[in-house]
Amino acid sequence: MSDRTLRMVGLGALVAFALLVPFLFGPYRVGQFTLVLAYAVAALGLNLLVGYNGQISLGHGAFFAIGAYTAALLIEKAGVHYLLTLPAAGALTFVLGYLFGVPALRLRGLYLALVTLGLAIATPQLIKRFDTITEGTQGMTVEQPESPSWLPFADDQFLYLLALLVAVIMFALAWSLMRSQVGRAVKAVRDGEIPASTLGINLASTKTRVFALSAGYAGVAGAMYVLAIGFVAPEAFTVTISLAFLAAIVVGGLATIVGAVFGALFIEFVPVYASDVNDALTGVIYGGVLILFMYLLPDGAAGLLRRLRDLVVRRRAVEKGRRPAVASPGPRVPAGRT
Amino acid sequence: MERFIQVIVDGIATGSIYAALALALVLIFRSTGVVNFAQGEMAMFSTFIAWGLYAGGVPLGLAVLTTLVLSFVAGLVIERGLIRHFEGGEELTLVIVTLGLFILLNSLAGWIWGFGNRSFPSLFGDSTFTLGGVQLSVESIGIVAVLIGVVGVLFLLFQRTKIGLAMRAAALNPESSGLVGVRVGRMLMLGWGLAAALGAIAGVLVAPRLFLDVNLMGSVLIYAFAAAALGGFDSAIGAVIGGWVIGISENIAGTYVDFIGADLKILVPLAIIFVVLLLRPSGLFGTREVARV
Repeated sequence: MSDRTLRMVGLGALVAFALLVPFLFGPYRVGQFTLVLAYAVAALGLNLLVGYNGQISLGHGAFFAIGAYTAALLIEKAGVHYLLTLPAAGALTFVLGYLFGVPALRLRGLYLALVTLGLAIATPQLIKRFDTITEGTQGMTVEQPESPSWLPFADDQFLYLLALLVAVIMFALAWSLMRSQVGRAVKAVRDGEIPASTLGINLASTKTRVFALSAGYAGVAGAMYVLAIGFVAPEAFTVTISLAFLAAIVVGGLATIVGAVFGALFIEFVPVYASDVNDALTGVIYGGVLILFMYLLPDGAAGLLRRLRDLVVRRRAVEKGRRPAVASPGPRVPAGRT
Repeated sequence: MERFIQVIVDGIATGSIYAALALALVLIFRSTGVVNFAQGEMAMFSTFIAWGLYAGGVPLGLAVLTTLVLSFVAGLVIERGLIRHFEGGEELTLVIVTLGLFILLNSLAGWIWGFGNRSFPSLFGDSTFTLGGVQLSVESIGIVAVLIGVVGVLFLLFQRTKIGLAMRAAALNPESSGLVGVRVGRMLMLGWGLAAALGAIAGVLVAPRLFLDVNLMGSVLIYAFAAAALGGFDSAIGAVIGGWVIGISENIAGTYVDFIGADLKILVPLAIIFVVLLLRPSGLFGTREVARV
């Protein structure tokens, strides 16, 4: 089995599982997986920024919140069809991300982390401050999509499959973008700003665009979240959610596309089980995991899988008495970064 | 007018607390090039220890002193046991590790002491006196005095002692200092220990003004960041002046600008960080960075 087939088999298994989820589990569990998809899109967006472009944002919870409130307000106050809220949330956060990014990204990565951390801390207060629009602390109930009568699905199954469709589109977009010329420029900026600029890459504009794109992903994810939960309140968007997204990409694997899925599974299911033991356990696990992964497994779950795959491929090659095919041509980060 | 002076004095007092935490950030940044996102949570943890001792019957002064010593040791241990493995690595890795520490300490404190809030007594009591028509609290004066004392001690340590010289050398050029016999690793540990103790001071000073809970230092950390960014991340005097500027402008904006009020004060340091970094990225007193290829 070659490297490529092995990868295809893995991806096929993941897609098959994702398609079977709504038929294997009950409505409650399916709802959780719908949230996983929303988180996966947000984590993917953050990974484009952090993993591929080397910028640090600790404030993606803010864009997630803006996406969520955009969708909620459009549905509840303006009566817009729910399908339109996804692109609307994405477009608005893209623009806001761009505006925020223009000044912020002229700063070095470290300062960006500071400013965005401040943004994350201010988000719940800002939502409460504008309570005439956002209904403040009490939050808003949002009507959830119902399965059309011509489809043989229950509402929860429909919602999940809808989220899956959106997620697949977002993942395909990110995947093809990172393989393109744009993606190479994005990675070149991460690997060395000065060399990249001597190659004619416009640093500020590249970074700003990646930031905007990444914010747009968070916005779409926020809208998916509202459709999945049917409720928004400021308490959902504290600094914890921004840090959870960061934990997700570290666990899943920096600069990997599929890692976002593993990371999203992690941040959805760990709190569910951990809160049975102690309210503080989730945080202890997030914190511990961030440190341990950077120490032991800096390329995350996706990196671990890749290494296992390399192992299998190499062993089979040795058995057949020939040298292994090109081992792992994929992006190998951050082990190989300097 | 009296009210305005009052606002300024209050601003200097809170600004001194931000300055203390900003000094801790600067201390670590100067010696190891790390911006310690966990600085605030380390301070919060220390404050809880002081509270625990005090609640257990230890006199407040002694409880605070014990906490300072414990925090110092904890700082040494964190540097040696955790940060050392990542030093000299990528900025991103270090940011993630210190953020991990941030979440870990925050949750551990919640686990141990719960998520409720409690009141913390002031070291200086709550008496006030009037000077030229302006009412001043002993606490405000005490806070400023503590900060000035701390700055004095740090100045003497870094400028007048051999250890201070060695610490500066280790920060400036680790390799050469190692060759002339400076124990670079020890100096880095010392830097973290001092920063942790400084953070504890900031925590003990700020806790009586807010309520002590696990999120005590969340916004204080942002103010301290703003102070350090304003002053220049590698300048101690910059951190102090930055802290004062942030404290005063936060108080003025909170009092006189209706839109901001008490809720949105947090936007003030954010705006300041933005403006400073755009106009003068190395801060008012920082050294300009020159990149080499």
